[in-house]
Amino acid sequence: MSEFLKYPGESSNNDLAPEAKAAAHTRRVFLFKLAVGLNALVGAVLAVPLIGYLLGPAMKKRASVGSWIPIGDLSSFPVGETRLAEYRSPVASFDDGETAKVSCWVRRVSDQQFQVFAINCAHLGCPVRWFAESKLFMCPCHGGAYYEDGRRASGPPERGLFEYRYKIAGNSLVIHAGDMPTLSTEASCKGKPLVQIRPAADETRSTSWGA
Amino acid sequence: MGSMKESVTTAGRKGYEWLEHRLGLLRPMADAAAHPTPANNASWWYVFGSAATVLLILQVMTGILLALVYSPSANEAWTSLNVLNHNVALGWYLRALHGWGSDFMIAIVLIHMVQVFLFGSYKFPRELTWIVGVVLLLLTLGMAFTGQVMRFDQDAYWGLGIGASIASRVPYIGASLVHLILGGAIIGGATLSRFFTLHVFVIPGLLLAGVGMHVWMVLRHGVSDWPMPGRLVRKSTYEKEYHELTQRTGIPFVPDAAWKDAVFAAAILFAVMACAFFFGPFGPGGPPDPTIIQTAPKPDFAFLWIYAVLAFLPPSLETPVLMVAPVLGIAGLLLLPLLASEGERHWARRPVAVLMVSVIAVTLGIFTRLGTYTPWSPIMDAWTSNPIPPKYLHDRTPLEREGAIVLQNKQCRNCHALDGVGGLRGPTLDSVASSLTEDQIVRQVLQGGGNMPAYGNALNPSETKALVSFLMTLRGNDLEPAVDASRSLTQTSGFHAARSSAAAKDTNAASGQKP
Repeated sequence: MSEFLKYPGESSNNDLAPEAKAAAHTRRVFLFKLAVGLNALVGAVLAVPLIGYLLGPAMKKRASVGSWIPIGDLSSFPVGETRLAEYRSPVASFDDGETAKVSCWVRRVSDQQFQVFAINCAHLGCPVRWFAESKLFMCPCHGGAYYEDGRRASGPPERGLFEYRYKIAGNSLVIHAGDMPTLSTEASCKGKPLVQIRPAADETRSTSWGA
Repeated sequence: MGSMKESVTTAGRKGYEWLEHRLGLLRPMADAAAHPTPANNASWWYVFGSAATVLLILQVMTGILLALVYSPSANEAWTSLNVLNHNVALGWYLRALHGWGSDFMIAIVLIHMVQVFLFGSYKFPRELTWIVGVVLLLLTLGMAFTGQVMRFDQDAYWGLGIGASIASRVPYIGASLVHLILGGAIIGGATLSRFFTLHVFVIPGLLLAGVGMHVWMVLRHGVSDWPMPGRLVRKSTYEKEYHELTQRTGIPFVPDAAWKDAVFAAAILFAVMACAFFFGPFGPGGPPDPTIIQTAPKPDFAFLWIYAVLAFLPPSLETPVLMVAPVLGIAGLLLLPLLASEGERHWARRPVAVLMVSVIAVTLGIFTRLGTYTPWSPIMDAWTSNPIPPKYLHDRTPLEREGAIVLQNKQCRNCHALDGVGGLRGPTLDSVASSLTEDQIVRQVLQGGGNMPAYGNALNPSETKALVSFLMTLRGNDLEPAVDASRSLTQTSGFHAARSSAAAKDTNAASGQKP
C-alpha cells in the first residue's frame, strides 16, 4: 500500500490487470452505457428536424405547387397557329433571377379552344422548337419529334408533350403552372396518378423503309 | 564561420526536437515516406495515383480562389463568371486551371483505375483499397457534374433539366426526388445553392476523407509488387511473400521510387497549366435564361457518352435501363475484388480482363465520339441555310423543281442530307429513288414510320406530287430506279407463267434491274 494519498478516482484494486479493472467497474460501465444511450436519444431528437429541413422540398404536397397565371391576350394567339409565350413562374423564389422565366407553346385550335404545351421535351426536358411548315415540334437534344397536337411523332420520347391546363379569363389566356414538367411532375396537375412507363404509342418501329 | 554554421544546425535540431516531442507526427511521417518498397514497382506505370492526388490538391486550391469571386446565386452566378473572365486580373486563368484540372483529373483517375485493374492490384489484401477507389471515382464524376452546374449557363440549366428528368423516372419517389434535387418546383436559385453545397462542401469533404483512407491502406499493405505470370495471389501466403520480397529487394519509397511520381506530377501540372494558358477557360455559354430556346444543350466531355446512349435507347427500354444499368455497373465494380480476390494477377494470363477493358474503352470512345456531333439530332437551321445542290436542279421539269422547293420548305433537310449537307437523323436522300419506288416514297412521306413522322397533315396533294417527283430524280450516280417486284408479276399474262419465272424476276428486282 502506497504511503501517498490516493489520486481522486484511484481505486483500491490497482494491482489488477486493466481488463479486470474494467470488468470490476460495473457502476462506471453502467453509467457510460447510460450516457451513450442518452446521446443516442439526444442525437435522434436533433436529427429529426435536421432531416426534415433537408427533405423539406421533397415533402411539399403536389397540389400546393403552382397556381393560375395569365400568359397573354387572346389576340396574340391567332387561330390555327402555334406561338411561343412566356411567363414568370408563380412558384419562383427571390433569388431565381432569369431562371424564373418559363416558355411554353400556345396552339390556338379554334376561337375558344387551345392547347398549351410545356417547352420541355417529354424525353429529358430539353426545349422543343416549333416548325410551322412541317407542323412538328423538334427537340435539339436527342431528336424527339411531336405533331402539332403534341402527340409523339418519333424519337426517344415515350409520350406526347406535356400540356398545361388552361382557361380563358376575359380577354386573356390563363394556364395552371408550377412544377417543371417531367414524367412524374406533369405540367397539367390534373391529379392523375404518377406516370412512369407509359407504353410507347401505337407506332411501329419495325423496318426502316418497310413499305 | 564554422561555429556559426554549427550553432544554426544545433538550433535547427533543437527546434525540430521541441516540435516533434510535442507533435509526434514528423518522425512517423518521415518513416512512412521512406518505407521500403519492392524495387520492381518503382515503375512509370505506378505514378497515376499520386498524380491524381496532386490534381485534387490543385482543384482544391483553385476552387478556393474561385470562390473568392464566384456568387452562387441564380441571379448572379453567370455574371460573376463573366466578371472572373474579363474583369478580375488572372480570373480567366484560374477558371481555366480549374476546368482543365477537372478534365485531367478524370482522365488520370480512369487511367489509374485501368492500370490497377490490368495489374490485378485489387486482389488480396487490397480489396478495400479498390472499393474505396471506386467510390473516389464516383465522387470525382460527381464533382465534374456539379462543377458543370457551377458554370451556370444554358448548358448547365438544361443539363439540370436532363438530370431531373432522369430522376423523375424512378418509380414511386420520382416526384419527390425531382423536388429534392431542384430544391423546389423549378430549376432556380435553390437548385444552384444545393449544387454549390455539394460541389464545395459535401463531395470535397468525402473526397479528401476517401483519399486519406485510400493512401492509408496503400501504406498499410505496401504498393503492390509488379505482377508476374504464374505467380498467384493466395490469401495464406501473399503477405509473407510480399514481406520477403520487400526485405530482399526493398528500396526506400522516398526518394528511390518517388522521384518518378514527382516527375510525372510536375509534367501533369505543367500540362494543365499549358492547356489553361493556351486554350483558356470553359465558357460560360449563353445566359441561363430558359426563354432562349435556340440552344442545343450538351454535357461536358466526361458525360457525352451517357448523352449519346440516351439517344439510342428505345422508349420502352429507357427507364428500365436507366434504373438498372448504373446499379449493376457500380455493384460490379464494387464486388470485383471480393469475387476475384485470389489468383493470377498478370494481364497476359487474364484475357477476359483485357477484353473487358478493350470493349469498355472502345464503347465509351464510340459513344463519346457520337456525342460530339449528335447525328440523331435534327439540324434546326438546315432548311434555311443549306440550299439544294445545283446539280440536283439541272435538267429538271418545273414540277420537279417545285418539289425541290417543297423539300426545302418542309424542313426535310433538318433530318435528311443531300450531297453530304443536312441532318443525319434520317437516311441521306441522294439515291432515294434507287431504293424506293414512287409508291413507297409516297407512303413513307404521308404515313411516316421507321422513326420518321407522318407528313400527311403537313403536305397537300399537289405538294406531295411535286415533292415525290423531285425525289424520284434522286438516283445517285444515275443508278437504276427501284422497281416493285410484285408489279411485274401482275403484268404477266398468266398466273402459271408468272410462277414459273418468279425466281428469275426476283433476282432481277433485287439487283435493281428492269425485268
